[in-house]
Amino acid sequence: MNYSSLLIAIVILFGGAYLLGRNRARALASAGGSLHSLPTHYGALMALWTGLPAVLLLLLWSLLQGPVVDALLVKQLPAAIQQGTDIEIQLALSKVHNLAQGAGLAANESLQPAVEHLLALEQRNRVLHMGGALVIALLGLGLSWRRLRPSLRARTEVERIVSVLLFTSSGIAVLTTFGILASVLYEAWAFFQKVNVFEFLFGTTWSPQVALRADQSGSSGSFGAVPLFTGTLLISLIAMSIAVPVGLMSAIYLSEYATPTVRKYAKPALEVLAGIPTVVYGFFAVLTVAPMVRDIGVSMGLDVSSESALAAGLVMGIMIIPFVSSLSDDVINAVPQSLRDGSYGLGATRSETVRQVIIPAALPGIVGAVMLAVSRAIGETMIVAMAAGLAANLTANPLDSVTTVTVQIVTLLVGDQEFDSPKTLAAFALGLVLFLVTLTLNFIALKVVQKYREQYD
Amino acid sequence: MTNLTTREKVERSMKRRRASESRFRAYGVASVVFGLLCLVILFTDILRNGVSAFEQTVMEVSIELDGDYLGIDSQADPGAIKLANFDGLVKRHFDRDVQPERRDRRQLFSLISAGAGWQLQRMVLEDPSLVGQTVSVSLLMDDDVDQWFKHYRGHSAHPVLNEKQLSWLDQWAEEGRLHTQFNTLFFTNGDSSEPELAGIRGAITGTFLTLMVTFLLSFPIGIAAAIYLEEFAPRNKITEFVEININNLAAVPSITFGLLGLAIFINLFGVTRSTPLVGGLVLTLMTLPTIIISGRAAIKAVPPSIREAAYGLGASKMQVVFHHVLPLALPGMLTGTIIGMAQALGETAPLLMIGMIAFVVDVPGFITDPSTVLPVQIFLWSNGSEAAFTERTSGAIIVLLCFLITMNAAAVWLRRKLERRW
Repeated sequence: MNYSSLLIAIVILFGGAYLLGRNRARALASAGGSLHSLPTHYGALMALWTGLPAVLLLLLWSLLQGPVVDALLVKQLPAAIQQGTDIEIQLALSKVHNLAQGAGLAANESLQPAVEHLLALEQRNRVLHMGGALVIALLGLGLSWRRLRPSLRARTEVERIVSVLLFTSSGIAVLTTFGILASVLYEAWAFFQKVNVFEFLFGTTWSPQVALRADQSGSSGSFGAVPLFTGTLLISLIAMSIAVPVGLMSAIYLSEYATPTVRKYAKPALEVLAGIPTVVYGFFAVLTVAPMVRDIGVSMGLDVSSESALAAGLVMGIMIIPFVSSLSDDVINAVPQSLRDGSYGLGATRSETVRQVIIPAALPGIVGAVMLAVSRAIGETMIVAMAAGLAANLTANPLDSVTTVTVQIVTLLVGDQEFDSPKTLAAFALGLVLFLVTLTLNFIALKVVQKYREQYD
Repeated sequence: MTNLTTREKVERSMKRRRASESRFRAYGVASVVFGLLCLVILFTDILRNGVSAFEQTVMEVSIELDGDYLGIDSQADPGAIKLANFDGLVKRHFDRDVQPERRDRRQLFSLISAGAGWQLQRMVLEDPSLVGQTVSVSLLMDDDVDQWFKHYRGHSAHPVLNEKQLSWLDQWAEEGRLHTQFNTLFFTNGDSSEPELAGIRGAITGTFLTLMVTFLLSFPIGIAAAIYLEEFAPRNKITEFVEININNLAAVPSITFGLLGLAIFINLFGVTRSTPLVGGLVLTLMTLPTIIISGRAAIKAVPPSIREAAYGLGASKMQVVFHHVLPLALPGMLTGTIIGMAQALGETAPLLMIGMIAFVVDVPGFITDPSTVLPVQIFLWSNGSEAAFTERTSGAIIVLLCFLITMNAAAVWLRRKLERRW
């Protein structure tokens, strides 16, 4: 019996319970009892009682079974491994798992008991957890069947359960934030046990590979993230210097000057830029923009790296244009017409009105839009991962290759890693910085926009 | 000079003001044109590079399926056919056909795709009675030949192919044996390290499975959360906190969700890496804010009069929401969900974290099989060293953009078709 048939069984039980409950309630009603709720409420109540606990059990079980099985397995490993480091235990465990799945590894005598134990455990686990789910479902069915009588306040109960479900769903968003914070903080904490926080924040040498070599005296000095921060800032700066003027001017043109027809087609066309996957921009940057930048640079006698910050920044700027233009467009449109009319009435031209009345009035909203765009630029991964380099140069030269926080997170975590080396943990420390910075920017943007919007409501 | 009237002052300044006005206007036009131009350049660039990926160079040959050489006969079972040396057969055919000097043989064989033998094997597997007969087939050529035939023909030099190889190719081309055909393999094969055999079927299936998981999880949860926040949540600090939280999550960099998936789903709960299941879980958390925000907007748009009428007839709060508000808000919610799904479809960065970057040749069958998704496939191919991979990358991008355009068009159509105005 596998998962899908179990799920089908639960769905059948769920539907069956609904029909059972509804029909029973109808029977009770026609037998002369006066029902508190509609028959469907009784059905729904029984279905919920049958299905929910079983699904909950399945969910919890499948989340927890991995760690529990591993904990049980550790006891079966040879004593020498059990006393070893966490890495050795993990390695042995994954070997045991592979052996149990029949992967073509050389059989290992000392691991044999663990493998057999795992197979037995998996067998038992399957029976227990499928059986458990079915038993709970049936129990729920029986219990609710017994409780079912005309005076039962089925509707109230169903509604209470449903509102708890709705509440839980909205809680998932909060859980996600906590999940991000907890996981990133936890791993970053482990990183800061090995590398000094100040080294990380203020060190100027970034070479995570060096620290892995055994003959290196220590990892100190290799995890200085300043080059990454400056690289990120440099690329974001280039991106913003494209996106802000172009985005803002487009927004002004489309909302103040353009005819309705132009606006109708140009605005969505610009917004297409925001919907293109970033990996496509990355490819575009590598294939077309970077060689172009290089050729132009060389023709001007400049030394341009093939993976220049300029190419990545330019393409990122293009991607961000619609974020700036759409949000600015909204705030410019929110400026009351009376302000414009007043300005025209005093004899100002359109551009004077825009520059001296509309922009100042819309400034907080525009600032908010730019903030959001900056956080988008800082967090953008694929374009820089493909078009910026890996070399951590501490430079302000846009023609040089630089690396960014997100690129380093990707490089550190892609592929096989051991999980408690400073190298992989560093990615989480970088993730923490990234999360906090973008969170702050978003928060400021949100507050600025909110505060501004209240003025004209 | 002070005896100028105000009217004269204004008239003198008008020229400057008009110039500044038209300059300002020109900046605006330039900005819009720049943005649109970027869009056009991007699309033409991708199209120009990618369209040729849908064609593959093949060579017409008549080849004898020599049963003695292969060691099978027309009654052979599939197991024996799979073991037979079809690669050797192809090489022998070209050896006899071209009769190269000994030192040139390797160069000759490198012109034919590693998939040529597999092509013959597939033919025989389908129809074992072909053994012993001479069949004419369009044999797959190597990616370098493919590139030469499509882009370099007529040039005297080629970055990879040498003169000897070019002379063979020129001869074949003159004989009309080389031609291009629609590249079916691009759509039916999984990934491969040989560009001419690499296809996007595995990635598309993986994308489909991943998006299915994402949809099945994020749609109900997102809608439920939107309903709760809009209809049931008490107006207090906690609700406000949840709302700010959701808005913030919508703007958190996507790579952070990859870190979350890696730390929580993979390391803590032991979900297998590289599977659509874990990919779908991560993308669910990413798309939830989008769905919740658009869902709330859709609920808000349902006029209060409908609610009041339902209350007036004695419906409970829950009944008002589920019998009246939700059905009316559903089209709007669906539109938001499609847009969220389109975002998830193009997402790459968080999936790299959770191992969906693995080289997967097989087409995944279930959400627990290792797989990759289309954008990640694009990322992987964009790192490929062969020139042919550039073309495949652009080809895959075209397919991805087609999906995206379809989804967005569906969203727009749905909005037009189903949205009501009160």
